[in-house]
Amino acid sequence: MPPLNFTVILPLLVLTIWACLLLLVDLFVKNKGITALLAALGLAISLGVTLSQVGATGTSFNNMVTLDGFSTFVNALLLVSGLFGVALAYGYVKRMGIERGEYYTLLLFSIVGMMLMAQAADLIIVFLALEMLSIPLYVLAAFARPNVNSEEAGLKYFLLGAFSTGFVVYGIALVFGATGTTSLAGIVAAASSGTSSLLLLTIGSALILVGLGFKVAAVPFHMWTPDVYQGAPSAVTAFMAAGAKIAGFAALLRVFSLAFPSLASDITPIIAVISALTMIVGNVIAIAQTNIKRLLAYSSIAHAGYILMAFVPYGQKDVVATSVAAGLFYLVSYVLTNFGAWAVVIALEKAEGKGLEIADYAGIGRKYPALAAAMTVFMLSLTGIPPTLGFVGKFYLFRAAIAGQFYLLAVIGVLTSLISAYYYLRVVVTMYMREGEPETTSEPWLNITWGLAALLTVIVSLVPAPLFDWASQAVLKLF
Amino acid sequence: MVPVSYYVALSAILFTIGALGVLIRRNPLIIFMSIELMLNAANLAMVAFARIYTVLEGQIFVFFVMTVAAAEVAVGLALIVAIFRTKHSINIDEMNSLKG
Repeated sequence: MPPLNFTVILPLLVLTIWACLLLLVDLFVKNKGITALLAALGLAISLGVTLSQVGATGTSFNNMVTLDGFSTFVNALLLVSGLFGVALAYGYVKRMGIERGEYYTLLLFSIVGMMLMAQAADLIIVFLALEMLSIPLYVLAAFARPNVNSEEAGLKYFLLGAFSTGFVVYGIALVFGATGTTSLAGIVAAASSGTSSLLLLTIGSALILVGLGFKVAAVPFHMWTPDVYQGAPSAVTAFMAAGAKIAGFAALLRVFSLAFPSLASDITPIIAVISALTMIVGNVIAIAQTNIKRLLAYSSIAHAGYILMAFVPYGQKDVVATSVAAGLFYLVSYVLTNFGAWAVVIALEKAEGKGLEIADYAGIGRKYPALAAAMTVFMLSLTGIPPTLGFVGKFYLFRAAIAGQFYLLAVIGVLTSLISAYYYLRVVVTMYMREGEPETTSEPWLNITWGLAALLTVIVSLVPAPLFDWASQAVLKLF
Repeated sequence: MVPVSYYVALSAILFTIGALGVLIRRNPLIIFMSIELMLNAANLAMVAFARIYTVLEGQIFVFFVMTVAAAEVAVGLALIVAIFRTKHSINIDEMNSLKG
């Protein structure tokens, strides 16, 4: 048996040990702000380790986990999301009276699961990572107990999440039955040598797609999203929207692009339809929302559709690398914009769920010009209007879809973006054109989050090439 | 020896019963048991396939599923207890404070 190469999972190890110690240290720390800072420090150290691994590759644990450019890119993005998540929670949990040290530990454990997902090279690890990221999120969603909404969100998320896990596990069992192995490389080999049962493999991969579709909130598996996003504490929702999406897409990429390329003719039309439906349903239902958290929930569904677009051409060898790189780029833009927008939501939220209606945003433009400007940037970016990162991301995505000759999908993408302008710009109009007496909370970490996110959203959109090149480099060795 | 296809058929039936249970039943505890049934259907299929291929991966996977399911139970039951304390009811149809 070859010796274990722990450097492959070093960022994960650092974070896991840090989280365990944090749980212990938290017992003796009265001021939970210190726990938050320690959690952020752990994330920063892990981020440092991850960045030191840029360009490194390797496998370990009997080829069950892998380290490559893709996993490094995704891990870095996840750790940055974690830092944003801690920054948003720092003041929020105190203000809402739900300050408990476990919050940060659960956040760290969830990120560990997400990072493991990005490094998975075996279906067993995919399953393990899926659960490691989900179980802490179930608890976090219900973190504001005994608040009924939060508890309800937690239970709904838990039941549907566990339900989707059932699909993933059964799908894995069938894929194993078809190929006799759970290793992604082994599945490719068995599938291409034709020794596998095609029927079992197809049903199995479809079940895995259903399960992961639940996780990333793709239509028609999105029903839980608005309720959970609305009921969960806003800081948790922000993290959940970004982190779970990144991890879900990392899993889709690993499993579908790497293990099932031979099924492309069967799976590609399915992903294309799911992607189109997700864009349409998410954007159309968002129009009717008056609660900003529900609006952002439907917006997050719609964006899942855009990102799914990157996986549609996964069977076409010459397009897939650019397409997945465009997907990664879009994830970065979504993460930045998402955390910025949620930071603004948190700044306006008051106890007992007040300040969450779009009408409550009236008058911000006059009273808090900087906050209003930042929110405008995020809304423009979510719509996909230049000069914001959302525009560049959509441009790369649609270009990849056209290169893969999915013209209809690109057209649907553009049309649904137009529809989305209606409800995103309504928020902007409310902020600037309506009279109101809004009250916001100004907390240093919160202000840094939305300020930084807004700046990056604009600045990176002016020079997007380096980021896109990094994303392209990251996926280069995969295909 | 019983042919493997029998095991796979049984696991498919169990999985379907489990999935239907989740969709039809209204008590979170029973929904939860249905989910466990789905997981165990997968376990049965895994073990049966591991037997024909004579590899251990399938059986190891079952251990992972059982362990993770136990962790999930801990969180799920805690959530249900917390909700019962607040609402004095765990009927899914009464979980309707979030809508729009």
